Amino acid sequence: MTTLAIRALNLGKRYRLGESPSGYRTLREGLASGVQRLLRRASIDRGDTLWAMRGVSFEVEVGKLLGIIGRNGAGKSTLLKILARVTEPTEGEAEIRGRVGSLLEVGTGFHPELTGRENIYLNGAILGMKRTEIERKFDEIVAFSEVEPFIDTPIKRYSSGMNLRLAFSVAAHLEPEILVVDEVLAVGDAEFQRKCLGKMSSVAQEGRTVVFVSHDMSAILRLTDEAIVLERGRIARRAPSAEAVEYYMASGMAEAGQRTWSEADPGLSASRPFRPLALRVLDGSERAATRVMGSEPFSVEFEYELEQDIQGLRVGVYLFTGRGEPVFTSFDTDNPVAYAELAVRRAGRYRSRCRIPGDLLNEGRFVLGVNASVFRVKSYFTEEHALSFAVDGTGAPGSQWAEPRRGPLRPALAWEIAEAVA
Amino acid sequence: MSVQSTTLIRPSRRFRGPGLPELWRYRELLYFLIWRDVKVRYKQTLLGAAWAILKPVFGMVIFSVIFGRLAEVPTDGVAGPVFYFTGLLPWLFFQDGVAKASNSLVVGRNLVTKVYFPRMVMPLAGVLGGAVDLGLAGVVLVGIMFAYRAPLSPAIWTLPLFLLVTLLIAVGVGLWLSALNVAYRDIAYVTPFLLQAWMYASPVAYSATLIPEGTGQLIYGLNPMAGVIQGFRWAVLGVGQPDPAMLGVSLAVASLVLLSGVAYFRAVERSFADVI
Repeated sequence: MTTLAIRALNLGKRYRLGESPSGYRTLREGLASGVQRLLRRASIDRGDTLWAMRGVSFEVEVGKLLGIIGRNGAGKSTLLKILARVTEPTEGEAEIRGRVGSLLEVGTGFHPELTGRENIYLNGAILGMKRTEIERKFDEIVAFSEVEPFIDTPIKRYSSGMNLRLAFSVAAHLEPEILVVDEVLAVGDAEFQRKCLGKMSSVAQEGRTVVFVSHDMSAILRLTDEAIVLERGRIARRAPSAEAVEYYMASGMAEAGQRTWSEADPGLSASRPFRPLALRVLDGSERAATRVMGSEPFSVEFEYELEQDIQGLRVGVYLFTGRGEPVFTSFDTDNPVAYAELAVRRAGRYRSRCRIPGDLLNEGRFVLGVNASVFRVKSYFTEEHALSFAVDGTGAPGSQWAEPRRGPLRPALAWEIAEAVA
Repeated sequence: MSVQSTTLIRPSRRFRGPGLPELWRYRELLYFLIWRDVKVRYKQTLLGAAWAILKPVFGMVIFSVIFGRLAEVPTDGVAGPVFYFTGLLPWLFFQDGVAKASNSLVVGRNLVTKVYFPRMVMPLAGVLGGAVDLGLAGVVLVGIMFAYRAPLSPAIWTLPLFLLVTLLIAVGVGLWLSALNVAYRDIAYVTPFLLQAWMYASPVAYSATLIPEGTGQLIYGLNPMAGVIQGFRWAVLGVGQPDPAMLGVSLAVASLVLLSGVAYFRAVERSFADVI
């Protein structure tokens, strides 16, 4: 019989609206609503609550790596916070065997005035390590972090990379029975990311359990055996990772060949003065399509509005396979001449459109993402998985043989066949 | 692997105990938080540890001029500076502790929303961190007493008791204010006012013996700090023995503040991470 590391039963979390992210009220509001409540008696829950997560049940066996994927607001962070006991569920229960180490955010509790050495002790204690334990692992932590020469320097003098490495090292040496990880890999250089991933899989090999939340589908695929897809606070799917990722990539995205953004979308205020309007896949006859012929050219069009002039703006698309592997990235000012001409993009409404040649993509499902940024200055807007579409393989190169071809591309290449002269 | 503990996560009941066993398990975190506060304070400031001494010394000088010279408020027959300094010691410990504790959760917002630990360690660390300052100021007090040839009271053995009660009142008030501060940020503005008014309501710059006997003393005792500051001074200098009834009222109010603080804190701490 296998033992369970986590057994969650019917977990649910209800927030009072306005409670998150900055839910504190002024005393005046508090008093006013208190008086109202007294007058109206117990109408507290009426309509102004939101279930961030509900009816979530799952089990994880000891030594497994479980991935959790879902769109923003699907309840991933809420679930992790409940497992890490940062917040309480409103209903349901979960049983957890062993110590939970959470990497919800590495480096929490770091104090800039303290030295690296002092911060290791402080952070270790915050994460629940005993002092003797920290002392025992101290050298290992320092070695892993690669900040040894600066260990007695206040960390306010550290670069952000050093800071992160030190923080991750402490957390990674916590050796909990269950490790809960949320997007730590979004930061840090590639080298260090690899190190972190390696540490996580070795954690699992030692018979510990890892719950890993990420937007990075390739990391999910590489690291986890199984994944849960959360949709609007419920488990939409639990499957082997590859299947779960495919389901996630295909689901929820506009199927009409068009993705639109409205002013009311949460998070869009952060992208101002850039305002995304619509992303479309257009087939040969200029109609929005969910399915295009791979053998014919088609277009991708991104419509947006600038509320102010932006200098050095580039707007572009990412193409991913249905499993989240990147295929290419392309920007509308990739051409240096176009970039020079559009050094300042004036306020107004724009359409950036590019043509994808025929005989390039293999058949299957693809996902488009968009990005608007100024290189090394600011990223205004990014949505990696904005729109999904399918490519029909009819008439693709080599379709005389009814066999699937490997890889995301199926280009028509110019072959030359000549008899080799001996 | 060693014995694994099983944790059950479920919505907690409305009323819970103070959670002392868990607090004990996290004593090292408490220690490190105190250590961090003390260390950072002495690192960041130019005068470092000197502030722990300068603060009561400034207070003593100001009181000596205003209450001693100008208002000529009697000081129970001891030299003014000794009298004021002795009163300021427990008062500043209380005041700084409450101020620190009151902000502790909001300042440590990052910790509260990211990591699990008994939330009570944060206000507790805020109050206990002041013990270092208290100790330093205590050394200065001994010096001042020497300079003014003020003899030590035979009741000195009661000192730890008064210190302990001061600590517990600070913890009680700190728990109330820190928990309220999470939900209502006005508390950050209320606290300084509250503490300022509270000081004048406590026998720091004057003696509780000035308060009329009988009912007057009983009402005065409703301020729990009244009993302990008067008692502290009596324990050190042997003057102005607190009215036993007044002291009794103060101790009762002190326990009430502490118990209600713990109960309120425990009742609302479950929602800290959501609200803060």
